Amino acid sequence: MMIDILFPPGLVLILAGLMLPLMGERFRAPTILIAPLIAFAIVWLLPSGPVLTFQYIGYELVPLKVDSLSRLFGTIFTIMAFAGGLFALKQERVLELASAFVYAGSALGVVFAGDLITVFIFWELMAVASTLLIWSSGGKALAAGQRYVMIHLLGGVILMAGIAGEIVSTGSIAFEAMDTNSWPRWLILAGFLINAGAPPLAAWLPDAYPEASWSGTVFLSAFTTKTAVFVLLRGFPGAEILIYIGLYMVFYGIVYAILENDMRRILAYSIINQVGFMVTGIGIGTEMALNGTAAHAFAHIIYKALLLMSAGAVLYQTGKRKCTDLGGLFRTMPITATCGIIGALSISAFPLTSGFISKSMISQGAADEHMMIVWMLLAAASAGVFLHAGIKFPWFVFFQKDSGMRPSEPPRSMRYAMYIMSVLCIGLGVFPGPLYALLPYPVDYVPYTGAHVVFQLQLLLFSGLAFFLLLNLLKRTLTITLDFDWFYRGLGRVLAREFDNMSIAAWTAFVESGYRAVQSFISAIYRHYGPNGILARTWPTGNMAFWTTALLATYLLIFFL
Amino acid sequence: MIVDNLPALQVIVPLLGAILCVLVRRGWLAWFIALVVSWIVPLIAVALILQVLDGGVISYAMGGWAPPVGIEYRVDLLSAFVLLLISMVGAVMLPYANLSVESEISDGKRAWFYALYLLCMTGMLGISITGDAFNAFVFLEVSSLSTYAMIALGKDRRALLAAYQYLIMGTIGATFYVIAIGILYTMTGTLNMVDMSGRLGDVATVRPLFAALAFLTVGISLKFALFPLHSWLPNAYAYAPTFATAFLASTATKAAVYLILRFFFSVYGVALVFGIHPISEMLIALSLMAMFGASIVAVYQDNIKRMLAYSSVAQIGYITLGFGLANVPGLTGGVVHLANHAVTKGALFLAVGGIVYRMGAAHLDDFKGIGKKMPLTMAGFTIAGLSIIGVPGTAGFISKWYLAIAALEHGWGWLVMLLVLSSLISVIYIGRVVEVAYFREPEGKVMNATEMPLSMLIPAWVMILATIYFGIETSWTAGIASQIATDLLAGVQ
Repeated sequence: MMIDILFPPGLVLILAGLMLPLMGERFRAPTILIAPLIAFAIVWLLPSGPVLTFQYIGYELVPLKVDSLSRLFGTIFTIMAFAGGLFALKQERVLELASAFVYAGSALGVVFAGDLITVFIFWELMAVASTLLIWSSGGKALAAGQRYVMIHLLGGVILMAGIAGEIVSTGSIAFEAMDTNSWPRWLILAGFLINAGAPPLAAWLPDAYPEASWSGTVFLSAFTTKTAVFVLLRGFPGAEILIYIGLYMVFYGIVYAILENDMRRILAYSIINQVGFMVTGIGIGTEMALNGTAAHAFAHIIYKALLLMSAGAVLYQTGKRKCTDLGGLFRTMPITATCGIIGALSISAFPLTSGFISKSMISQGAADEHMMIVWMLLAAASAGVFLHAGIKFPWFVFFQKDSGMRPSEPPRSMRYAMYIMSVLCIGLGVFPGPLYALLPYPVDYVPYTGAHVVFQLQLLLFSGLAFFLLLNLLKRTLTITLDFDWFYRGLGRVLAREFDNMSIAAWTAFVESGYRAVQSFISAIYRHYGPNGILARTWPTGNMAFWTTALLATYLLIFFL
Repeated sequence: MIVDNLPALQVIVPLLGAILCVLVRRGWLAWFIALVVSWIVPLIAVALILQVLDGGVISYAMGGWAPPVGIEYRVDLLSAFVLLLISMVGAVMLPYANLSVESEISDGKRAWFYALYLLCMTGMLGISITGDAFNAFVFLEVSSLSTYAMIALGKDRRALLAAYQYLIMGTIGATFYVIAIGILYTMTGTLNMVDMSGRLGDVATVRPLFAALAFLTVGISLKFALFPLHSWLPNAYAYAPTFATAFLASTATKAAVYLILRFFFSVYGVALVFGIHPISEMLIALSLMAMFGASIVAVYQDNIKRMLAYSSVAQIGYITLGFGLANVPGLTGGVVHLANHAVTKGALFLAVGGIVYRMGAAHLDDFKGIGKKMPLTMAGFTIAGLSIIGVPGTAGFISKWYLAIAALEHGWGWLVMLLVLSSLISVIYIGRVVEVAYFREPEGKVMNATEMPLSMLIPAWVMILATIYFGIETSWTAGIASQIATDLLAGVQ
């Protein structure tokens, strides 16, 4: 007999995370490994439908609502928490582990939320926990974490305004598919998209993720953006604007990843690129495309985690993160290199890997709808993915020139985590059936037809050829790529220095005048509100009395009129 | 017998306690008396609110003189809510006082301080319980006078100037209030609020009533520091003894806010206050100025007590914003923010008080790396800070949520955006302290700092846990507040 367990799986991870700092070191490792397993079991033991209700500020919340989509995401999130925890066992900073688990737990909370208020509550918890996760690695991460949290709090308040508006205008708090036909819904969509890494506020992702520790980035790569994909899948399937936003993200990610030198920033840009595929799929909105999106999110979490684990292992062993400093590591780190290559093949959608069976469904969705241009752009982007993540990452890190470093393989716990993810990558690629069975809609799609395989191999072959022909151009030098976040990072000196390099006079003049305007605005604020400003000074008593009289006069005048 | 006289005991117990404190003259004994009194008073308040929830409004004739001639103590849900709030804050905070006050006030004056504290408590409880307009004035002055003296006991000499300025401003406010009561008495011939409200309808010319309303509004606004009448508050809070600051920030403005609610909704009634003249717009405009003006000033403050004081001015803006919106969710948001802000700001000041206790001051420089030396204190500060920002799961979120809903009921999406924008400013001023506390290396005096003593840590953490508790379980705060809002808007009782 099956027992119905009515406990939110997210709460298991959150509680485990909160308890981690309080317990002795001996108990940490078992907790880290067992909590995700319990959560995984609960995900599968929960009955379908709205399971729990809870009274909160006058609404009946549904913190636990189960259907096939939430079970799919719940499954992969708990698997990810397990593998990520295993990989992070050597992490000594308890704060990082604790916040990682709270973070994973709140992502699960969003996935099982049956109403908008619950979504919002876990959404904010996720933002706070992930910020702590970034901060916990110290150093440069502190400033990056601050920029990260500001963007996410901004996203949070936009989302809150949207949700409040939606509840007032419809009277319902249910979280269901919505048309984009009112301003609250646009705000909700905007709030979701900020977490997905959509333009114009995408830069928080490559800015902050690579600054987290070797184990922190693995967690970060899985939850925030994929939770955003989940809520978009649930809330806005078929919203046409998502096609264009998604395509933009696909190419934005590719271009910046190709220019980038830091191995984990490459992978961070590639997250945006991959999420772009998913957002496009949601925009197409047919059953095939939505299935493809869900499957791709599932597969993506696994291979992106695998890629970042192998990058994390390299970082852990060498302390280096720039492509220019790395190279030739395959000699002494063959396991890490192999696992990295498996991840790279998966992200490139190589046949017999998980990427192949999921990404092609999104393209198929576009083809079924006769969206020719979308289909072609997606195909071109697939080649681009191979270029930046499929070849570039393993080539520059593990092969290329010999950097002279002879690091050993990472510790056992990290290797095992990579094995699990590698096996999943290939397992899903060879036997897609179980994954297809989990998808929200019935699947009528055969990935391994001759045409599909040949098409994909051609694509990969030619982009591989292109990579080696263009190798000289792609050789990484010590560059910093500028992204939108640069506008809100340090003003002032940085601005002046960077503009010398760009030497485009008109542009400089334009931006400098903008900068002067900002500066004079800030100094105006400082003048009035700063420590010596009119509002912050200690007023003479007479002035206080004057304002009292003035206000009294105003009221009397209002009443007189 | 005792049960029948609970309304009188609510005020008399702290009053007698104050006299006892003066008689014993010893600091620790006075503290102990204050502690006992502070723990009895909330029991009475709980008994009262249970009675009200059970059987409706309690009317108590003081000295057996029947109202409207005699003074009536009248406990409805709003009164009971504010009574409970003020007395609970006192009960939680008083254990904290002993060490904190010992470190800031000289031996000879400590007993006086506790006497003043109990008098202040008496005044605020009296304001919240009395049904007589003039009696409310008396209690207003009892609480204000004791507050001036408490502030003046601060060890920074600027406390004297702050107390003096508050004295002048508070007296102007009280004078305005008396003028208003005088006009109302002339027009209606009664001082009993219920009676007064019944007779307002029979008044021949309404213009004097509105003049009285103007004096009332400005006079009481001064007491709760509505922008631009807030200027006495930052210095008073910054230089008063830390315990006094924490207690006053949590309670003093709340009693004054109670009084204006009483006059707006119970005496005049919604129709008269908001129906004819653009008072709603006026309140909303002033509230917005408070929310933004004071928050931005707070960003630049280096004295953390002063920063929190400016934040209080901004938070009062949220409360009055709710009143200005004048619908059920708006009033709910305003009333619930009374409680939510009391626990949140109380928690913040208690945490800062711990740092003052260890470091002797609360300048931003004193916070460098303190997160490593006083982890529990700073963790508490951060959690309470999240509540000021309004992160879900904390008390602050509940208030903002109701205010947002209220604004949307008017169809004012722009107001919601302003609401959330103002909370982003609070991210900056809270974040600044958190950044310094956690990301800077400890240096100087901070190196030797240790966690504050348990007798201070526990009250602080009770408040901090309350900010989380009231963010999740809201039946005692938002539940009652929405009941109050419905009652108030239903009109004159």
